[in-house]
Amino acid sequence: MSTITQNSVPAPSTRRPVRDEMIAFALMTVVLAVVPFTGVYPFFVMQGLCFALLACAFNLLIGYGGLLSFGHAMFLGTAGYVTAHALKVWELPPELGIVVGTAAAFGLSVITGLIAIRRQGIYFAMITLALSQLLYFIYLQAPFTHGEDGIQGIPQGKMFGFIDLQNSTTLYFVVLVGFLLGFLIIYRAINSPFGEVLKAIRENEPRAISLGYKTDHYKLLAFILSGTLAGFAGALKVFVAQNASLTDVHWSMSGEIVLMTLVGGLGTVFGPVVGAFVIIAMQQYLAGFGQWVTVIQGVIFVACVLTFRRGIVGEIGHYFKRSL
Amino acid sequence: MQALLAQLLVGLINGSFYALLSLGLAVIFGMLNIINFAHGALYMMGAFCAYFLLNLFGIGYWWALILAPLIVGAFGMLMERTLLQWLSGLDHLYGLLLTFGVALIIQGLFQNYFGSSGLPYAIPDELRGGMNLGFMFLPIYRGWVVVFSLVVCLLTWYLIERTRLGANLRAATENPTLVRAFGINVPRMITLTYGLGVGLAALAGVLSAPINQVRPLMGADLIIVVFAVVVIGGMGSIMGSIITGFALGVIEGLTKYFYPEASNTVVFVLMVLVLLVKPSGLTGRAT
Repeated sequence: MSTITQNSVPAPSTRRPVRDEMIAFALMTVVLAVVPFTGVYPFFVMQGLCFALLACAFNLLIGYGGLLSFGHAMFLGTAGYVTAHALKVWELPPELGIVVGTAAAFGLSVITGLIAIRRQGIYFAMITLALSQLLYFIYLQAPFTHGEDGIQGIPQGKMFGFIDLQNSTTLYFVVLVGFLLGFLIIYRAINSPFGEVLKAIRENEPRAISLGYKTDHYKLLAFILSGTLAGFAGALKVFVAQNASLTDVHWSMSGEIVLMTLVGGLGTVFGPVVGAFVIIAMQQYLAGFGQWVTVIQGVIFVACVLTFRRGIVGEIGHYFKRSL
Repeated sequence: MQALLAQLLVGLINGSFYALLSLGLAVIFGMLNIINFAHGALYMMGAFCAYFLLNLFGIGYWWALILAPLIVGAFGMLMERTLLQWLSGLDHLYGLLLTFGVALIIQGLFQNYFGSSGLPYAIPDELRGGMNLGFMFLPIYRGWVVVFSLVVCLLTWYLIERTRLGANLRAATENPTLVRAFGINVPRMITLTYGLGVGLAALAGVLSAPINQVRPLMGADLIIVVFAVVVIGGMGSIMGSIITGFALGVIEGLTKYFYPEASNTVVFVLMVLVLLVKPSGLTGRAT
């Protein structure tokens, strides 16, 4: 019955310090817009943006709804496969590829959401995990995914006929716009009556029910929104990586999404973005250490849960008494 | 017919592992309210423990069957004392996340030192060969695994449901404060219970070593199937997890015979069906 409780996650104050968030948002946008001109490897930042959006979508569910989905990779992977297939085999233009991929994630999140919200807490986590593993096996055997090989060499094409995605700077800004769009949708959802009801459900579901809210409806809506946006991130990622593979559907990817959000700060607006970049950077720079990366990730997990539950952004916000 | 029976046997063996693992999960969940994500990693440690005992100390299978659960169980108790006990009072999800982190650490360390390929572990001499039952050929070791794990499961059930110790344990899960007032050391009981659950996982690991090879990731994918088993069974009762574990193994085996393409997914599909009809699971209490 219990969800994330007040003492475990910093409960955002009811007063919404919108100004702080606006400044932080403006700052983030400027930094991200300048990055490609600073000599940072653009592929790395684009990948980071996709994962940041994914983690934000995941955070909407756990941070505000108190629902731990351990299978969010299924939306990333499904949208990725469908987008890749649409681009390569159906030869759809990029914008339609993204729409089709995101729509697939939407459909999947409706079905899995209806099944998963029938149980709560850790059972919810286990069910989402099992559903994503079910899909993993389906994609392993389905012919259109090409099993272990994945879908390779995806054409990037021209968006709306004139935005050339083969140019990495252009692609970067398309991904950035996509990320900001997704981020703003999530931000809007959190700061709406819908978001307030979600928080109420997280804090005390029986009370929310007794107040007359159909909590299952809200949880399902949050799940669908989260899954669809995670799929949107997956569709964008296809253009960055130019492939769709089983790695994106495997449950260890779901674990990484959880880790990103936990490191950045559960239930904070900007935490998942920071967390995603921290984890991606770590994997990038520690790639030479082989499986030690897994060990380090495990240590970070344990450290976060034991001593650092607010995450990076959560701790900063707590220090300055601001909700970020 | 031969193939069907062979698949049934494979199903029963997998079912023994599912039962032992979901039983351990149920025991731990009952006392600590934690879904032990590290269960698969501890199962793997059990198998490695048997491997080390044999190759470093020349200690064979029979002793490993006793020693490995004790060693890994002690490791589990250490884990409970140093890490898990700090989570009491927090949301259940943190237990899941913490044990997930521990699983990553353990599996990463083993992968570093042993790669991802399997190490062989020979079937003990006494259990080699097979028996001709007339209608099928039964490899003795496989029969042994099924019978032995069934016995262990029933003993655990007896311990928890029919003894004084088990009564205290069940009382402590209902109301720890009250049980403490009776002079029972609840924290120690929690530690021992975690050790018991971990020991069951390690025992499954030793049993599986001669059948499946000893690999760092042998528990990683298995644990998710076991989670599905747990969702189906509902983890409401000890007997429920045992029966569900065996039953699902058999159903998986039958699927492998009649429609092999679905054998990897049948447990998950069943999970979906059960959730649609009875969200609390077959033997579960409503949450």
